[in-house]
Amino acid sequence: MDRRSKLIEILKTVTKQETLPEPGDSLFDSGLLDSFALPDLVSALEQEFSIQIPDTDLNPRKFDSIERIEEYLDSRN
Amino acid sequence: MAFIKEFGSWLPERVVTSQEAGSWVGADSTWVVNVSGIEERRFAVEEDTVADLAARAGRDCLERAGVAPGDLGMVMVASGSAERSFPGPACVAAQKMGAAGVPAVDLPMASAGSLFGLSMAARLTAQIGPILVIGAEKMSRIVAREPQERGVAVLFGDGAGACLITAEKGRAEIVDSVLGTDGSYSEDLTLENGMPIKMNGRSVILQASRKIPAAIRSLLDRYKIQPPDVLAFLMHQANQNLIDKVANTLGVPSAKFFSNIRKYGNTSSASMLIAACEWSQDNDFEPGLPVVFAAFGAGFNWGALLVRGV
Repeated sequence: MDRRSKLIEILKTVTKQETLPEPGDSLFDSGLLDSFALPDLVSALEQEFSIQIPDTDLNPRKFDSIERIEEYLDSRN
Repeated sequence: MAFIKEFGSWLPERVVTSQEAGSWVGADSTWVVNVSGIEERRFAVEEDTVADLAARAGRDCLERAGVAPGDLGMVMVASGSAERSFPGPACVAAQKMGAAGVPAVDLPMASAGSLFGLSMAARLTAQIGPILVIGAEKMSRIVAREPQERGVAVLFGDGAGACLITAEKGRAEIVDSVLGTDGSYSEDLTLENGMPIKMNGRSVILQASRKIPAAIRSLLDRYKIQPPDVLAFLMHQANQNLIDKVANTLGVPSAKFFSNIRKYGNTSSASMLIAACEWSQDNDFEPGLPVVFAAFGAGFNWGALLVRGV
């Protein structure tokens, strides 16, 4: 499974939603993510991609869309 | 050694329902309860100041403990909602309690101030005598400021809590604490003079939901205590969903986290001590069993404090 597919699966699991917004669309503005689902998303990313996301990186904007999450993951490689 | 001798609290009589609070921002009470767990909060009368609330909680604590105000070594008052920059509420609260002459220190720290106060008092009490730590907030004055934000105005309430720390044996021994501060996200939760609260709720919840469990784990690890072995968690009452999330992260049932946010809303630095006071009226610290205090607030400041019943 490629990274985009893994990411989509994580988002579906965390949000319990089957339909996701376009990769560039805001996950918050679309109503998919809220303040209390965001920590679960971050934890799931850490687990799936075997990374430790430091608290200093926990800016919600970095996780606001599929593309932004991918950009963040790229920055960690 | 330092001990928790007694708790105290004071809450205003006026009950403001979530239906009323929601009406200020065009939200219904179901939404308020769903996003926060808050059904009611208390609002003080117009004339009351933070110092008035602090003095009442402090007096309640001293009366329960049977300690005279003049015997205190220090008074600490944590508040993020003081009416003015200086003097802070500590000096007035101490004077109103009958403790004029006793050194009184302000901790202008929203939400986490009482926890920091307990931690510092535990380290000082053997040298300077009994220390009365108070958290007091009059948030109603602040949430009334325009423009009222939907996600902020409905959260807060007024109240005060207190805790007397002594070097003489009390109800629980203060074992250790973990405190942290990081100003990287200081702009995500601010209260400028005369302005409404500015809060980036996503950032606050994200940071709090990581830092609180991490602080608790770090503290418990020092003493090889597993979270399920803790008798009770007495946490800052910010939001029921946050309390549940912290409990879930630690792998303990939410029922272990005492909660009264339903009745009082978020009373910022007062909430943890109000909760502790209420918990201690219906529960005992059991000998040897750990109880954990925890808080997170603007700054960000956060931490956890471990006590054991004696």
